[in-house]
Amino acid sequence: MIQKLGKWVDDRLPVSHFWNAHLAKYYVPKNFNFWYYFGSILLAVFAIQIVTGIWLAMNYKPSAAEAFNSVEYIMRDVNWGWLIRYMHSTGASFFFIAVYLHMFRALMYGSYKKPRELIWIFGVLILVALMAEAFMGYLLPWGQMSFWGAQVIISLFGSIPFIGPDLALWIRGDYVVSDVTLNRFFALHVIALPLVLLFLIGGHIMALHEVGSNNPDGVEIKTNKDEHGKPLDGIPFHPYYTVKDLFGLGVFLFLFAAVIFYWPDGGGKFLEAPNFIPADPLKTPEHIAPVWYFAPHYAILRAIPDKFLGVLAMGSAIMILFFLPWIDRNPTKSIRYRSMAFKITLFSFVVAFISLGYLGTQPVTYWTTLFSRIFAFVYFGYFFALFVVSRLEHTKPVPERLT
Amino acid sequence: MIKLLVIIMVNFLGVASVWASDGGPIPLKHASINLADKAALYRGAETFLAQCATCHSAEYMRYGRVATDLHLTATQANGLLPPHLKLGDEMVGFMPNDYAKAVFGTVPPDLTLIARVKGADWLYTYLTSFYADPAKRWGVNNAVFPGVNMPDVFAALQGVPEPEFTSVKLPDGTSEQRLIGIKAPLVPGSMTPAEFDTLVRDLVGYMVYMAEPAKMQRMNYGPYVLGFILLFTLLMFLLKKEYWRDIKSTIRSE
Repeated sequence: MIQKLGKWVDDRLPVSHFWNAHLAKYYVPKNFNFWYYFGSILLAVFAIQIVTGIWLAMNYKPSAAEAFNSVEYIMRDVNWGWLIRYMHSTGASFFFIAVYLHMFRALMYGSYKKPRELIWIFGVLILVALMAEAFMGYLLPWGQMSFWGAQVIISLFGSIPFIGPDLALWIRGDYVVSDVTLNRFFALHVIALPLVLLFLIGGHIMALHEVGSNNPDGVEIKTNKDEHGKPLDGIPFHPYYTVKDLFGLGVFLFLFAAVIFYWPDGGGKFLEAPNFIPADPLKTPEHIAPVWYFAPHYAILRAIPDKFLGVLAMGSAIMILFFLPWIDRNPTKSIRYRSMAFKITLFSFVVAFISLGYLGTQPVTYWTTLFSRIFAFVYFGYFFALFVVSRLEHTKPVPERLT
Repeated sequence: MIKLLVIIMVNFLGVASVWASDGGPIPLKHASINLADKAALYRGAETFLAQCATCHSAEYMRYGRVATDLHLTATQANGLLPPHLKLGDEMVGFMPNDYAKAVFGTVPPDLTLIARVKGADWLYTYLTSFYADPAKRWGVNNAVFPGVNMPDVFAALQGVPEPEFTSVKLPDGTSEQRLIGIKAPLVPGSMTPAEFDTLVRDLVGYMVYMAEPAKMQRMNYGPYVLGFILLFTLLMFLLKKEYWRDIKSTIRSE
């Protein structure tokens, strides 16, 4: 009976085809390591954000008069509201932790290289959409940091020559961040950007499944197939990687729950203390700090003395990522077979990114500005150095098969 | 690789807490509160309503929630409740806003979430750091919040402590009086220093609870959730090992 029903559906909808193409007969390199957990973890976090977001939206009021109160109402009077809200707020930070680690994996193993340029481009688009999503979501609790953070960031658009002031006005819908801004950010945060993210993630995965995964050796498994056309070093995603990823997800969820139940403020990094004061347009906080995941870009912005040039630098810090597949001109993918010069370049980039992340949260002093400039130089220097190093370096021979 | 990851995490999360100290010349004292001590929280609630709520609101906190969370008897709960109010009502301050503006020049801030803004240690140090300063409007100043526009509501209990100054030479040759600490009051209050210290700690404990009543719940549920996830992870680990046995064996046979 069940089988019959299954066949009836399958004749009309490509269920088993989909199952085989993307899971049971989708071949994946068998040597994935720690860094390959984050793809499936990110899917899980996305799902968590969508589900908790729906429940939050049931109780949240997107108006300047009621937003802050409704969040406290969720925290106190809604059954399990505190849990849903902490899952969502912690989820935002963990989303970025996982995204940055996922991207670092790609830098390390050359996963952005031919034939995976489109996967990488989809990935950077996801990063951009995620940043917009996080920025707009951050306004919704309508605390002091929500308000003034949005005020500062939107005013950046005002520094663009000619169209700037009108553009900033158009984004806000008002002369300052106000009820109008809050309402439209709510619409974009709960409908527009999640839809964009969904489509981009779909594109990312479709592009990935078309060419297949890279791996820590950077060897294409599709070049070595057996007589049936199965990659010799490949194993079906299901069940091997479904069970492995479930284990990885378990470890991730353990850390996630530990933060939700014991450390939801994240030491003031995940929920900033000034955001427990309701937004007050007449009272500027003495120190406006971005949330940690925007801090590296904010540090680059502040490192440049001119406001508009700073905005350009901040934008370029993201935009330059799109060109990475063509900046790195070496066909060898994995860090395992690349030169010391490449390793030093990548290491400097990571140090610069983390340092900028720290500096971006600090009040401006002579020293933070100096170091922000040095590390911003290193950040952009990575791409120039990579362009040169990738052509000149001596790489080790890449094996035929996975090791 | 794992080591690198740990370094990245520590850098992202840990470093920035270093600069968190703000305030005046006095280092923050450790409040060491215990949310499990329901009796202490109840005493804190009594102090809050008697001392703070005359001027300040706690507009997100319901009387009934305090009664439920602290397991209060009906008599205790009704003891907290001002006349004409019901248990479902919020702790709105007793002072009308117009009156507050006339007296203080501003409406005193709502205190529901103040412990999440300032932290327990800051509150504890602040409440115990008032000192006599005849130049100020209320005759007192505060060592961690210089120039604060709040009277020392504990003057009758603690007495008014005296400031301790030292003379600091400035680079331009002049010297400046700088506060380095506070001394015992000239006229002692009705409480001993130890009694007063307990009163303030209990009050701060209550304010921490009030800022996040859910903290009690999450601390209770935490071990069960983590235990469940741990069990699930262990099961998945064993399942993975079982499934991957044939992959490992083909690798060996090659």
